[in-house]
Amino acid sequence: MARFVVLRLLQAIPMMVVVVLLVFTMLQLTPGDPVQAIVGQFPVPPDFRAAIEQHYHLNDPLWMRLMQYFLNLLHGDLGYSFQSQQPVIELILQRAPRTLLLAGAAFVIGVPIGIGIGLLCATTRNRHVDRFWTTTALVGYAVPGFWLGQLLVILFAMRLGWFPTQGMAPLISRAHGAGWLLERVRYLALPAITYAVYEATRVARLMRASVADTLGQGFIVTARAKGLSRAKIIRRHVLRNSSLPVVTVMGYAFGVAMGGAVLIETVFSWPGIGLLLIEAIRVRDNQTVVGVVLFISLAVILMNLLVDMLYGLLDPRIRAAR
Amino acid sequence: MSAALLLDVRNLVVHLRAENGVVRAVDGVDLTVASGECVGIVGESGCGKSTLARAVVRLLPNVEYAQLSGEIRFGGIDIAALSPAALRRLRRSSSFSMIFQDPLGYLNPTRRIGPQVGEALSDTRSRTETRNRVHALLREAGLTEPATIARRYPHELSGGMRQRALIAIALASSPRLLVADEPTSALDATVQLQVLATLRRLHQERGMALLIVTHDLGLVAELCDRVYVMQAGRMLECADVFTLFDTPAHPYTARLIELSARRHRPTPQHEAAE
Repeated sequence: MARFVVLRLLQAIPMMVVVVLLVFTMLQLTPGDPVQAIVGQFPVPPDFRAAIEQHYHLNDPLWMRLMQYFLNLLHGDLGYSFQSQQPVIELILQRAPRTLLLAGAAFVIGVPIGIGIGLLCATTRNRHVDRFWTTTALVGYAVPGFWLGQLLVILFAMRLGWFPTQGMAPLISRAHGAGWLLERVRYLALPAITYAVYEATRVARLMRASVADTLGQGFIVTARAKGLSRAKIIRRHVLRNSSLPVVTVMGYAFGVAMGGAVLIETVFSWPGIGLLLIEAIRVRDNQTVVGVVLFISLAVILMNLLVDMLYGLLDPRIRAAR
Repeated sequence: MSAALLLDVRNLVVHLRAENGVVRAVDGVDLTVASGECVGIVGESGCGKSTLARAVVRLLPNVEYAQLSGEIRFGGIDIAALSPAALRRLRRSSSFSMIFQDPLGYLNPTRRIGPQVGEALSDTRSRTETRNRVHALLREAGLTEPATIARRYPHELSGGMRQRALIAIALASSPRLLVADEPTSALDATVQLQVLATLRRLHQERGMALLIVTHDLGLVAELCDRVYVMQAGRMLECADVFTLFDTPAHPYTARLIELSARRHRPTPQHEAAE
């Protein structure tokens, strides 16, 4: 197992290199003037421009800047954000836990609900219960998150006043202990629920198909021949076998989620990775853009590795193949 | 007929939902199996014999997809009319079991053999007792190292071992009738003979009735007392095994026997080599 993990991490290195190459080169091709972006909305004096270009090696050939970037990367240096006047690595480390919190909450709420709905649908296939939930899941999956988010804000934040409309925490907070936690939960609730609806409906659709497939397998007939109860058949023979495709998709989805749910973070002004990336692109804060993309690809790679390890736990056939 | 009839099927009709509409897979079949008897059902593939076998032990794919009418009396009880709960109780109390053609697909790939056999045991008992009982069942099914096998996953076993594991599962409820759907078709020739020998031994030792569905007339001649011949969902004839092979009543049966004999006869190349 250790060998497997090390091998996979080593395989990830060339992948990361390619990601950096691509993003770095693509940013060179985008129009706009980086010096202007640093200075802001003012005319740039020629000697100041020359100084900046000299200081940041902007006139060096692309390959030299790339080499320098990779060298810095080896020291854990992701560059410097002109926009926020702090190192990119600090920005990411500051934003990542918030995105992790939002996505984590959404997955913790959404995935079990989705599994439940999928199981219910597959075991009542083509009956009214199934039709109702399949339709509901389809609608939930199709509804855009930003629209659903705004509806929830209008109802629960503005009409009923149960939750705050946006942000992560109040500007000034004197609460501590349980009160502090409750306060944070109130801020987290609406974005997490909006996000969870999407994940739950996605899982439900996957799970329904997967359970239906498992129920058609021969060993379910064997289980019925044993005279096992419905509940036992589902617990012992259906759940684990059906969870494999769900684990794959959700593991990958969680990796992608580390890139932030841009629309939901925007609607709720949740200062996560997604908002950081959008802001950085808007003001041409190139170092931040490359850093964030690198972070997202690392997250996806790590989650895929985790999925593969989970797979081995869930399916002995895969364990044997390693 | 006498009270010794274990299984008495009357006018069984099974509809299966197919891709275009509904198919009548079994079309008014009568079938009996006496206690301790070995009965074969032969016929070409697609004639409905597997569906019939699964219907008589109420293991059709899904209620949604299949409709069943007629009477299936097992030990006097009409199991065609039984509620799911009553049927489950019956399955766990010395009634009937089934084994299948493809033992790999009929074993759960993510669980070890031991628990899969253990959960078929009818009454709850201590962990050690269950383990001993599982080992005894595996050994009875012809697996010589039950402790090792019990810890294995299905994919770690050979085809013959898997079929034996499936037999052990079927034996767990001490059935009076074992339905075997093409029990040896997926196995190598030598393994076929061994599994066949095991089935015969269990039939004799336990006095367990066998209902064997197959297209292999050799297997039937080897094992069965009485044979049904099936075509297109209907029973063509039923005879004891000697009568059937000597004087088939139906031309279709004669044709089946002829084809089977031709298959078993050595080919010209073999003769040339000898």
